[in-house]
Amino acid sequence: MHTTPVLQKPLDSSPAAIVPTQAVTLHVNGEDHTLQLAPWTSLLDALREYLDLTGTKKGCDHGQCGACTVLVNGKRINSCLALATVYQGSDIQTIEGLGTEEELNPLQQAFIDHDAFQCGYCTPGQICSAQGLINEGRAKTVDEVRELMSGNLCRCGAYTNILSAVMEVIDRQAVVNNGTLTTIPA
Amino acid sequence: MNSFTLTQATAIDEALRDKASHDNSAYLGGGTNLIDLMKENVARPTHLTSLHKLPLSQIERAPDGGLRLGALATNAETAYHPEVEKHYPLLSQTILAGATPQLRNMATNGGNLMQRTRCYYFYDLATPCNKREPGTGCSAIGGYNRIHAILGASEQCIATHPSDMCVALAALEAVVQVSGPDGERRIKFEDFHRLPGERPELDNTLQPGELITAVDLPEKGFAKHFTYLKLRDRTSYAFAAVSVAAALELDGNTIREARLALGGVAHKPWRSKEAEALLVGRPATVETFRQAADQVVNGAVGQGSNDFKIELARRAVVRALKQATEMNYELDENAFLNSNP
Repeated sequence: MHTTPVLQKPLDSSPAAIVPTQAVTLHVNGEDHTLQLAPWTSLLDALREYLDLTGTKKGCDHGQCGACTVLVNGKRINSCLALATVYQGSDIQTIEGLGTEEELNPLQQAFIDHDAFQCGYCTPGQICSAQGLINEGRAKTVDEVRELMSGNLCRCGAYTNILSAVMEVIDRQAVVNNGTLTTIPA
Repeated sequence: MNSFTLTQATAIDEALRDKASHDNSAYLGGGTNLIDLMKENVARPTHLTSLHKLPLSQIERAPDGGLRLGALATNAETAYHPEVEKHYPLLSQTILAGATPQLRNMATNGGNLMQRTRCYYFYDLATPCNKREPGTGCSAIGGYNRIHAILGASEQCIATHPSDMCVALAALEAVVQVSGPDGERRIKFEDFHRLPGERPELDNTLQPGELITAVDLPEKGFAKHFTYLKLRDRTSYAFAAVSVAAALELDGNTIREARLALGGVAHKPWRSKEAEALLVGRPATVETFRQAADQVVNGAVGQGSNDFKIELARRAVVRALKQATEMNYELDENAFLNSNP
């Protein structure tokens, strides 16, 4: 007789039946949204599945690819590893909050101008990450941008053009500010 | 992922009480390792005590002249803090050699100490692993073990500690400040992580319920002659095959004080006091460095796929000491990136 070993017994009932949802107010792209969420709902899932902000992408769901990058209080993080309930009260910005179709963020325009994507799946994460990079003000050279954008993978391999796009925005800011890098208003 | 409840503690006492009042509970810091382990079902806590709101994010001068790094300050805040950049550039460089900007913005200092091994078998629920399920066996011994330990391993476990930051903290003789059910205590960094021995499920010497509240750096930062040399399979965003934190105090060409710690080679950050002792009082030459390197790998044992690490570690030690000797560090905002190999 052949039996399949079971390492872990399944739960007796669905997780949702065991732990009740809680009201969580998230401040996203300048607006408050109150949602009923389970403790294990990731910020990524809250954005995509509850707020229909599907610009933020789920790639690996393990913090390795950067497709889920959003800005929290101006800093880039992997939203797949963030529990939504913990980020109540934080200022969350997604790709939908960076620019509009009528008024693109400088990074969005630069990605178009430099043909910095093919399939586009990693692009929202790349742009949010680049905005975080600019906010940090640490990268000025091509090598520094390359190193500090290494948390965003692009399976199409558009890295060369992504690098050109990000460098153009950084260089333009450097000129605007007479050689001193400062934060671009998002 | 299993279901769990979550409390957001706002004070240390509250966090200690909350964790103690729930079975099978865990502290949640930045979440970059724990949430991932929970998604993999390697960790299955049924309650999380979130530390996000605890007032432990400060980085400030300690009364003894050192620097206190709050347990909840992020790795990025720490690496880019002006006091750390100026007095402990080895720590800045080491933190920036690990993970990605996104992860460093989330990961906390306390959490960095608490992260678990990236051993393939530890993550694979289909295989035996003494660290994940004590008594089931070690799949890495006799298995594929390219990333595994060459020093201090046991017959129960050959996993390595994955942190970069902790290698610098070992070299700098940091002290871990913890609070627990029985009050506060301080743990010397070399005593914080442990070797696997017969209890590979234990990564460190924290007692149940204890919480890291700060990591203290002593006054001496070795800001003039230091290097973190990280050798890995790609030049960014990869764990170390072998890494070396080297810090020297030189008087002319004579070594007055030396610190040497390695990552990627053992169950804990591997500091070699024996090799340090060999360096002190000697001229800073390649010949001296080779003797220290031989001492570091004295007793190293390969497991098959990782045999290459013994010679790699030996050469990395020599190169790191050479780099540390030859540098004359002046604060330059690009220095960290440019000095990364």
